[in-house]
Amino acid sequence: MKLTGAQALIKSLEESGVDTIFGLPGGAILPVYDPLLDSSIRHILVRHEQGAGHMAEGYAMATGRPGVALVTSGPGATNIVTPIANAHMDSTPLVVITGQVPTSAIGTDAFQECDITGITMGITKHNFLVQSASELPRAIAAAFHIATTGRPGPVLVDVPKDVSQSMMDWWWPSSISELDLPGYQPTVDINQADIDAAVALIEAAERPVLYVGGGTLKSRASQQLIAFAERSNIPVVTTLMARGAFPDSHPQHLGMPGMHGFYTAVMAMQRSDLLISLGARFDDRVTGKVDGFAPEAKIIHVDIDRAEFNKVRRVDVSIQANVKDALIALDASTSPVKNLDAWWKTLRSWQADYPLTYDPPTSDGPLRPQLVIESIARASAPGTIVTSGVGQHQMWAAQHWQYEEPGTWINSGGAGTMGFGVPAAIGAKVGRPDRTVWTIDGDGCFQMTAQELVTARAERIPIKVAILNNAYLGMVRQWQEMFYDERYSEVYLSPDLPDYVKWAEAMGCVGLRATNPQEMKDVIEEANSINDVPVVIDFRTDSSEKVFPMVPSGATNDEIMVHPSQRGKRS
Amino acid sequence: MTTPEPYVGPTAAPVVQHHILSVLVENKAGVLARIAGLFARRGFNIYSLAVAPAEGHARFSRITIVVDADSAPLEQIVGQLNKLVNVVAITDLAPKFAIERELLLATIRTEVDEQTNLMEIIAAANAAIVDVDAHAVTVMLAATPEACDALERTLEGFAEVELHRTGRVALPRLGKVTS
Repeated sequence: MKLTGAQALIKSLEESGVDTIFGLPGGAILPVYDPLLDSSIRHILVRHEQGAGHMAEGYAMATGRPGVALVTSGPGATNIVTPIANAHMDSTPLVVITGQVPTSAIGTDAFQECDITGITMGITKHNFLVQSASELPRAIAAAFHIATTGRPGPVLVDVPKDVSQSMMDWWWPSSISELDLPGYQPTVDINQADIDAAVALIEAAERPVLYVGGGTLKSRASQQLIAFAERSNIPVVTTLMARGAFPDSHPQHLGMPGMHGFYTAVMAMQRSDLLISLGARFDDRVTGKVDGFAPEAKIIHVDIDRAEFNKVRRVDVSIQANVKDALIALDASTSPVKNLDAWWKTLRSWQADYPLTYDPPTSDGPLRPQLVIESIARASAPGTIVTSGVGQHQMWAAQHWQYEEPGTWINSGGAGTMGFGVPAAIGAKVGRPDRTVWTIDGDGCFQMTAQELVTARAERIPIKVAILNNAYLGMVRQWQEMFYDERYSEVYLSPDLPDYVKWAEAMGCVGLRATNPQEMKDVIEEANSINDVPVVIDFRTDSSEKVFPMVPSGATNDEIMVHPSQRGKRS
Repeated sequence: MTTPEPYVGPTAAPVVQHHILSVLVENKAGVLARIAGLFARRGFNIYSLAVAPAEGHARFSRITIVVDADSAPLEQIVGQLNKLVNVVAITDLAPKFAIERELLLATIRTEVDEQTNLMEIIAAANAAIVDVDAHAVTVMLAATPEACDALERTLEGFAEVELHRTGRVALPRLGKVTS
């Protein structure tokens, strides 16, 4: 069968199981958009390529399937660099297809030419510049294979215009060996000696903690984690990238560790004598100052990526495996329930003394942002998916919403990309149309990518956006208040400019506003009753509200600052 | 009476902790940029680099990288390199378990009265004369990096020297295990 390269590309995506593409056409990718008209694949036309990338990420994080974006060359390609970098930091499987100028024009500074494979070399798991139409099926199949196996990540395929226009004889690689990837072996066999060494450490530990990271979600190991945790009675912390991997309501869950983690989660790691790291990477936002991190803890480090071992913290036992396989092996080898009563007694006393807290709300506003999040959570169906941007609202959303199952919390962890929330929510809703999807956003973040609400309205993707409008770049404001003598430099945004209600309405969405607790209840109810168009709510929140607990930058976790109302208690 | 300091010999130049990585890669466009980019963004130092087609294959090239193992743990360097999809295999050769060789070419312009001295140096170094004219001579030395270092230092005494080195290549020493 003779096909054009463009037809072969679309057929390759169909063969790879793609049901949705997020994209925006342009000159160099034009040939590919023609056969797309004849395909069953749904294309979602974004308003900016960054939106396409974050939508693909949201789709991937909600479904576990790779997200796909399609953009043109030059500025189309550079506009999607931020989502690629974001996906690389958070190990999200993406396949990004970019148009490129014709092969004969490459290197001549042609119109809309840029070296996107060069630009993305350091922020993709791999990338390809396809040289001929007959190579396209293999490149696409390899891209999906690489993006979704081992430690997942973004893969970029750059397709010159003449490659998509030329003819090829259709073929499809029938096996992985036909992908011609001699340097890529993502599967590993667990070394039983490592498991035995880990079991010996677990059985000897008196203050163990299961330090659960994003790799636990990536390997779909929640059930195995719950089984292992319950049998071993070991307390659990879930990192920002792992919220939902272990139910928040579970009595063994101590919450999120890190810079804005729960006191008990932070201190449990800090006083632990054994950290069992499951697909986590000892990120600086979790460890604080590395030299003072968990000084008495031995480390068992489970990761599919062996380059993570000893990168930040020297490990005692490393297990190269996906988390699910490792948990199955550990569960089979560890003897049942150890007496951890003394450890649990300590942990329970910390929980009693230092619960998550905030100042009591006032009846006439401004609103407490934490109360807004808790109120939305209470009013929303179980299984509601939450996305966020980056900043104070993100931390409050990670703290104050109860995550009970995988894929319900979607955020930008490693890269900290402001503006992630709205497009990620759109992608998540496309992947999980059965679920309610809320974005907890900040006013700063919202202004970065809000134009995608036009996409959401046009494509009938009814997400709900809660803007915690404190009129500031809140997290920067918090640091300036606490660490720069209240010298506020370039953080004020204004609560009224833009008018978020009018802006929402201009984009075809329902726009609502709440300034006090009664209005807050009413608008949340109204938002949850609207299921055909996107809803945007402008919640006027207290600018002076800060995220606590907080470990100051550069400090050890021992220097954790609790909420002012809790200071002076014993520790 | 003060205790004399123990004799430690002449002060040696500080020794950089080198390791040799013999990296088999797919012979594809941009592979060298991928490796160089990885080293640059992770802050690993490359001491020398040699690239050539691998034995008997059009598909593969061998890159011999001498890394400064003080700049990052070797385990990190190897672990990160291994993640490059085009990297097929990495052999880590500790210097004492490896045969290392390097090629040195040097053109020395001399006055007539220096020529005897130069000839003696060339002979002592076991270097070969590969080009010559009335005012200059080009010599070649294929030897251990240390021997190349020694010749380079000796030639520093001449006023006009143009000297190029290839960077080393290496293979495991026979009959020994590599670390």
